[in-house]
Amino acid sequence: MRTPPAVRVAAYVAASVLAVLFLLPFYVIVRNAFSTQTWITAPQWHWLPNALDGRTLAGVLGNANLGITQSLLNSAVVAVAQTAATVVVSLMAGYALARTSTRAARVILGLTVFTLMVPTAVTFVPMFVMASSLGWISTYRGLIIPAVFSAFATYLFRQGFLDFPVELEESAYLDGANAWTTLWRIVVPNSLGMVAAVGTITFIGAWNAFLWPLLIAQDPGMRTVQVTLSQFMTSQGVRYPEIFTGALVAIVPALVVFLFLQRWLVQGVTRSGLK
Amino acid sequence: MTAPVEVHARRRAPATNAHSRRRWFWVFVTPFLAGLVVFVYVPIGWSAYLSLFNARNTVTPTDFVGLGNYAYLLSDRLFLDSMATFVVFALIIVPLTFACSLGLALLLRRIGVLQAFFRSAFFIPTACSYVIAALVWRMSFFNGARFGLANTMLRSVGLDPVNWLGGENHWYWFVLVTLRLWLQVGFYMILFIAGLNAIDPQVYEAASLDGATGFGVFRHITFPLLRPTSVAVATLLLINAFQAFDEFYNTLNTVRGYPPYARPPLVYLYLISFGDGSQDLGIGSAGTLILTVVILAFSLAQNRLLSIGADR
Repeated sequence: MRTPPAVRVAAYVAASVLAVLFLLPFYVIVRNAFSTQTWITAPQWHWLPNALDGRTLAGVLGNANLGITQSLLNSAVVAVAQTAATVVVSLMAGYALARTSTRAARVILGLTVFTLMVPTAVTFVPMFVMASSLGWISTYRGLIIPAVFSAFATYLFRQGFLDFPVELEESAYLDGANAWTTLWRIVVPNSLGMVAAVGTITFIGAWNAFLWPLLIAQDPGMRTVQVTLSQFMTSQGVRYPEIFTGALVAIVPALVVFLFLQRWLVQGVTRSGLK
Repeated sequence: MTAPVEVHARRRAPATNAHSRRRWFWVFVTPFLAGLVVFVYVPIGWSAYLSLFNARNTVTPTDFVGLGNYAYLLSDRLFLDSMATFVVFALIIVPLTFACSLGLALLLRRIGVLQAFFRSAFFIPTACSYVIAALVWRMSFFNGARFGLANTMLRSVGLDPVNWLGGENHWYWFVLVTLRLWLQVGFYMILFIAGLNAIDPQVYEAASLDGATGFGVFRHITFPLLRPTSVAVATLLLINAFQAFDEFYNTLNTVRGYPPYARPPLVYLYLISFGDGSQDLGIGSAGTLILTVVILAFSLAQNRLLSIGADR
């Protein structure tokens, strides 16, 4: 499609204005994290920060009463463990469901697809009942395990493995390898893009999760960083620079993962929509 | 959907015997299946059981009330209000996000140099949590005090500051809708980009030979050929709007609790199951099941609606 110059200029202008708007919230987080309370609440809006010495940052990370450092650690444990477990569990199941067409396989695939249609967020009341009767309140187990079994991840892997060349597997079988060895030595090393895609989506989802950690992490020491930030907003003792510094350190890990793995994320998102 | 599976299975058959294949299938699938049953299907069953009891502050109730919880919910004005809140929210956010994400995808096609940068700029809010977005929206952009960005701008043109989240004039919808739009529009833009890339360029060439231009091409070629993507986007948008919780809770909850307005279904369920005072898991469970049925009905109806004429 050829684009006339005038249209092209208009497109660039529109895209630039929109890009500024889209990036503005990130800038405001940084600006507030590096400003003083009076600077932020002044009647005149200041675009530039006024406290670049990083004292607030050091204060927030060093103040155990605020709980940011502990909750960053909790979020890291939860997000990494959940991502690793989801990838392994869903990869195996997705592979099995892509290579088998017995009645059992079809029933399991049906159960998986049905779960995609019933939003898991709707089942949080019974899930909580379950977790509390297992004694999982305020534990890593309770935060991680119920979130591991993702029908979405299994379905993505299954769709991906349908496109995997079976010839590679056949030659491994001819060499006497069993299914386990074939999966981990042949299939997985050649499907790392898919692993990265599912891993990225799962990690960002786990890092940003709110409702489930809000229910499970009743002990303040077990809160994830999203829950801690949410508490900041409704507690009177925390000031603007501290809250936004908390937001800044909480958003960095997700942004880093996003920026480095964006290519795989795009691939995963694309696959997720075109089922 | 099952056709390709059968092809693969048959092609692999000679190398392994049926018995070992079946064994490995179960080895691979059991962890996931067990998790799915224990953490999705058992809770749904349990909540069906709980929903028939008076389960105030307990998960092992003895006071059987039959369909009482359902009857209570369906005549509870707060529950019906929450459904109405969802309908209003969905009617705004679904078409708006749909149009904006498609618009961004089409805009990026006009961009040559820097396309990757702009795409990333529109996509990067996906990495932000609703909690952090709510924090920025409520404390900086739409702070009800004079120093909020929106109020600063209103004052600079001589208007009075607005108490965005206080409930008057439903201003909170503006806050909630812009927040969700910002956070998720890039995700759906990526889906539309993939959909647009899947259209054969020859179709456009043929159209331009026939003299079709601009909006005509979009209306008669692009949009109809995008139908599978459009259906997927609309369905995901609807399911996600139905699940809205994080941004409502974090934007509107205060030291004094959650305000009486803007309570979508999940917020209602949360407050009734875990809120102060009346923790009633029986009613919460009944609500869960009603919502599950409603969301299934909605997605099926929308799918049906959007695929009218798809065979032509």
